[in-house]
Amino acid sequence: MSALTSRGDAAIAAAALRSDRFRIEREGDWQRLEEILNRMERGRIGRLADEDLLELPVLYRTVASSLSVARETSLDAATLAYLETLVQRAWFLVYGPRTSLLGWLKRFFGGEWSRSVRAIWPEMLVALSLMIAGTAVGWLLCASDPQWYYSLVPGQFLDVRQPGASREVLLGTLFGNQDQPQLSVMAAYLFNNNSGVAISCFALGFAFGVPPLLLLIQNTTPLGAMLWLYNGQGLTVDMIGWLSIHGTTELFAILLAGASGLHIGRSMAFPGDLAVLDAAAKAGQRASVVMAGVLIMMAIAGLLEGFGRQLINETSVRLAVGYGILTFWLVYFFLFRRVPPSSEAA
Amino acid sequence: MNQTDRPTRRDRKRTMITPEGIALPITLASRGSRLSALLIDLVLMALGFAAFMLLLGLIASQLGVANGAAGETAKKHNPLFDFIQVTAFMLLFLFRHGYFLLFELGPRGSTPGKRMVGIRVAARNGGRLTTEMVLARNLLRDIELFLPLGALIGLAGGQAADWALFFWLMLFALLPFINRDRLRAGDLVAGTWVVERPKQSLQAAMSTGQTAATGTSQTTGASYRFSDAELAIYGEFELQTLERVLRENRHEAMVAVHEAICRKIGWNPGAGDERAFLEAYYTQLRARLESGMRMGKRKASKHE
Repeated sequence: MSALTSRGDAAIAAAALRSDRFRIEREGDWQRLEEILNRMERGRIGRLADEDLLELPVLYRTVASSLSVARETSLDAATLAYLETLVQRAWFLVYGPRTSLLGWLKRFFGGEWSRSVRAIWPEMLVALSLMIAGTAVGWLLCASDPQWYYSLVPGQFLDVRQPGASREVLLGTLFGNQDQPQLSVMAAYLFNNNSGVAISCFALGFAFGVPPLLLLIQNTTPLGAMLWLYNGQGLTVDMIGWLSIHGTTELFAILLAGASGLHIGRSMAFPGDLAVLDAAAKAGQRASVVMAGVLIMMAIAGLLEGFGRQLINETSVRLAVGYGILTFWLVYFFLFRRVPPSSEAA
Repeated sequence: MNQTDRPTRRDRKRTMITPEGIALPITLASRGSRLSALLIDLVLMALGFAAFMLLLGLIASQLGVANGAAGETAKKHNPLFDFIQVTAFMLLFLFRHGYFLLFELGPRGSTPGKRMVGIRVAARNGGRLTTEMVLARNLLRDIELFLPLGALIGLAGGQAADWALFFWLMLFALLPFINRDRLRAGDLVAGTWVVERPKQSLQAAMSTGQTAATGTSQTTGASYRFSDAELAIYGEFELQTLERVLRENRHEAMVAVHEAICRKIGWNPGAGDERAFLEAYYTQLRARLESGMRMGKRKASKHE
């Protein structure tokens, strides 16, 4: 080829087919996009110039329109396959997750979390009534026959806390544990354990909501049984204080986890106008926001149980802390109605 | 249409519509590749966790040496030991729930295991893969993976309830085997699926060579010109078969195709100049079919 003009012009002139000329005119853009994709897929975003990153969406649209045109005008199977691959790879990155964790957290705390919680209020009511029912059942069963206590309360609480225990023994379990070392370890263990329960509660919701119902009841009957036990020795208020300091947060978190599980189950059983899978996906994404919040609440509850309950030995202070935090949650979820500015889905 | 596509592979082909309205063919990841990706990830998780624990243990033993004289009681109340235990619990949580989350939220949308087998997570609706989707699909990993494993260990007790629990949980673990799109419970709830990452390089343009452009062979000087009637017998399917033969450039295949075309259009098949003949026929057939396309007329195959 002896052309003194640019090589590209010569190549275009040499191509006999109009569709090949179309391709040669544009393949520079295609290869530039491919090069950017190769580097990004290898995880070298740091080494990409800013203009490359800015160019990515532009090149993506350029190549996507090349593909649309080529599909209508070209019968070159290899080129079509190449373009489809290229568009798909660029699509992954252009519509990939937004990486900024900080931005997500801002949106999450700035309204997304409370909005998602409000959206599942019917399920929250169901979960709440189940938890109350579970507690009541635990209490009533033990009141009718103390033998129930042994089958309802899990082994770790069956130390001295048994029917027939004296008031002093029971008081000792509520107060005066501050000598126990490793409060932080306790908090971390509790967080790990409780968030596991919450995640199962959520995950099982997928099975049309039945398992979370059972889990909610199962988790609250021991509560009722233990309340009955302490009530027998006139320690109800102290017991509630012992429970409430972290329990308002922890039980609220379990309530939310159960409710988000129910939310998924309900939307699959009654998808409304959507297809079942679309309904499940929509509910699942909303519920996962609630669940991210549940984990945060569990961390706070773990700290309160591990540190707060051991260090604060005054029932009135325990009650004040517990219900102060509960008030905070309620205000944050139901009165804080800011709509997050930018939606990731946009 | 494509002979290299085995039926199992064709079974995994789906079409996805991007937000721009472009239909893209995608291939779902096979269950085998997903399982191997999971195993790789679990091994990496275990190794990472073990490495961290080893590091913590080392720090602890160093401190133990420093406090040796103070004895056991001092050890128990050492805030640094507490700190190490807390870190261990937090690490356990992070590895169990954070590993998949952090990697899938990265720009590559895949964990190291998935990357190694060449698959990644994508949104089923063709839109953006959001943080919420990745969160949802990984929160459900628990009942699919860790709970059935726990229940399996519980089976040692041999009670009927344990078996019931195990089978109930296995139902979730085996979900990818009982739906067409190979969705696991997490994918179902998150609106995601796992697809193969395609790779294909740009191949040469077909009509830039001398022979293709002019229809004149450079080896024999023969000029190949086909009449409309001679080109009209084939459609797009045959054109693309011919394209594949030319790109693969295997002599026996070209001889066979050359002979078949000559027989069909009533030419006397010579020998020695098959490639030039095929290139010329390909270019002229494609020019004819493409100009038909521009007019809105398409011919899918010779049977039309």
